[in-house]
Amino acid sequence: METREIVIEAGRSESQYWKDLWRFRELLFFLTWRDILVRYKQTVIGVAWALIRPLLTMVVFTVLFGRLAKLPSEGVPYPVLVFAALLPWQLFAGSLTECSHSLIKNASMISKTYFPRMLAPLSAMVTGFADFLLSLVMLGILLAVYRVVPDWRILTVPLFAAISVGAALGLGLWFAALNVKYRDFMQIVPFVVQIGLYVSPVGFTSSIVPEEWRTLYYLNPVVGAIDGFRWALLGTSHSLYVPGIISSVAIVILLCASGVWYFRRTERTFADII
Amino acid sequence: MVLSENGTDVCRYYLEPGKNVPEIVITVDKVSKKYIIAHQNVDRNPTIKDAFAGTARSLMRRFRTPLDTSPLNTTKEEFWALSDISFQIGQGDRVGIIGRNGAGKSTLLKILSRITEPTKGRIVLKGRVASLLEVGTGFHPELTGRENIFLNGAVLGMSRSETRRKFDEIVDFAEVEKFLDTPVKRYSSGMYVRLAFAVAAHLEPEILIVDEVLAVGDIAFQKKCLGKMEHVASEGRTVLFVSHNMPSVLSLTRRCILLEKGLVVAIGETERVVGQYLKQFESLLSNSGMAEFTDADRDMSLQGPKGKLTRARLLNENGEQSGTFAEGEPVMLEMGFRILEEVQEVQLGCTVRSKNGQVNLFTTPSPEYQQTLPPGDYSVRVLLSPNHLREGEYILTLKLFADGQRQDHVPDTLGLVIQHDASVGQNRSYFQLWVKGNMKYDYRWGEIQADSKLQQKGAR
Repeated sequence: METREIVIEAGRSESQYWKDLWRFRELLFFLTWRDILVRYKQTVIGVAWALIRPLLTMVVFTVLFGRLAKLPSEGVPYPVLVFAALLPWQLFAGSLTECSHSLIKNASMISKTYFPRMLAPLSAMVTGFADFLLSLVMLGILLAVYRVVPDWRILTVPLFAAISVGAALGLGLWFAALNVKYRDFMQIVPFVVQIGLYVSPVGFTSSIVPEEWRTLYYLNPVVGAIDGFRWALLGTSHSLYVPGIISSVAIVILLCASGVWYFRRTERTFADII
Repeated sequence: MVLSENGTDVCRYYLEPGKNVPEIVITVDKVSKKYIIAHQNVDRNPTIKDAFAGTARSLMRRFRTPLDTSPLNTTKEEFWALSDISFQIGQGDRVGIIGRNGAGKSTLLKILSRITEPTKGRIVLKGRVASLLEVGTGFHPELTGRENIFLNGAVLGMSRSETRRKFDEIVDFAEVEKFLDTPVKRYSSGMYVRLAFAVAAHLEPEILIVDEVLAVGDIAFQKKCLGKMEHVASEGRTVLFVSHNMPSVLSLTRRCILLEKGLVVAIGETERVVGQYLKQFESLLSNSGMAEFTDADRDMSLQGPKGKLTRARLLNENGEQSGTFAEGEPVMLEMGFRILEEVQEVQLGCTVRSKNGQVNLFTTPSPEYQQTLPPGDYSVRVLLSPNHLREGEYILTLKLFADGQRQDHVPDTLGLVIQHDASVGQNRSYFQLWVKGNMKYDYRWGEIQADSKLQQKGAR
């Protein structure tokens, strides 16, 4: 075994941190594995919950927005329209929630062992992603049932998924770090997620938003991800609002960069105040 | 012998004559750790409102008294858990870290384990470090024993292949083969601890840091753990061991570091340093049942803003102050405290432990006195009667709570000596041989009953 030297002093060097993050990659795997295993232990239908939640939401939104409010669906069956948007939304909401609570959930580990603290939010992200993959399968079935055949654009789905993940990670890092000191964020995060579901174009299309509000509307990065998903999966009738996507990407980059900065800045005191 | 008088100079490694100089694997150089204690808000999880309210309040104050140049939030107090600690440890050494509660042992361990950063100073560690500040960190109750072994291994820094290689050994050591696929939430606490320690014991770090984990589990398993740790050290690995349990420190370590109030008071051979540590209590025990407290006695990390304990004394039945009592003689404890801000409710308490062990024997919580107390000095008495303590030496720790918050904690402050009562146990040497334990209970032995008679003849 190679002898390595560890230097401990106030304000450890940045490079050592990122190296450590890589060195602890197996722990990332185990934390994720634990979260996934534990998630559905002692439940009767287990993993099926990951599918039931989006399906029920889809039914409710279809009835609410499609049937009752009679919002335009641009030629696509309403359930498919909703489900295609639910995917990036749930990816965002699930990851954000898990990410924000990740440090509190691992409080005992944080106060008793060393590991780069960023592993906790990162592993929470992976857990959210696992649910997303399951829902993708569900979407495939739905597309087949409604006979919607995607074209080459489906290849761009990972890009839009990345927008969702990035938005959740950036915001999640902020919330996770703030949560350590201010437990108010335990209340704020579910609220943000709940409001976000109605503010984002999940039950309707973003085309019903008036032109003059567009720029403002796309400041919500999830809007870009949802638009992208619909464009990539449902084809023809949806054209992509490119400035909107660009602003979403810019916001995501800003969120992630500031999130990492704030997390790193507060990380050293986590064990003392958690 | 290198003795650090003030804890500020680097203590060079102590050499035994005729031995080679070991390689230095731990160098701690002038390490300090500061905590900020907010007196205004003892709650450790402040909410945003508190932050806003605090700022608003101090802004208001500034507005009213614009000439006040003190910092906006004067209620914050610095507390140095460690100040300028320096020492070196060589490879293969087994070193104990001892000291009273609040001496800074845990803080030092946390810094060495990289859980928290030092405020000042520098530490160099050579080799892989594994620290065991708690048994079963990262264990998840819903997961099975098998799953937790892998998870815990990863938390402690073992790779998957390493854990797999050691898996059978770990299971053997923990004696849990049958329950490998049972969620650990269904384990008995003994099994849980055994499994957790087993994983940690099979790490192969160059430096092992252990905190008091041996205080758990049954005696047979404790012995096994001690054996394992000795084995680890004999393989040339370095062990750092923090404990209050002097017998295990004596049997396990060769050198010791004694901390007091965040300073290194002594470094050297275990026996000498342990002796010095125990002497602190001897002075307590000769304090004739009386103590007055200064900030130096308090655990500053457990302070509240509303009140503090000021003094305590022990009184016998005749109201005379004394540090020595006979077995069974009632003990009256009088606690004096000062209230700094008006409170609606107070509660006090005293925890008693024997001098040589860390185990607390009992605590006497007072009722919650629902009384409005304006600032001032107060005292209250508690009568320990009947007194169940057996012959021996005991140490008291005193606490004060007000309005549901901890206000003061004075650890290991007052000594109490209980002397043998000559009227009990006439054949004394015989009696002493087999009567164990610190406590005496009221018990009533019955008459011997004849259940059946054996034939006088041919009974064998």
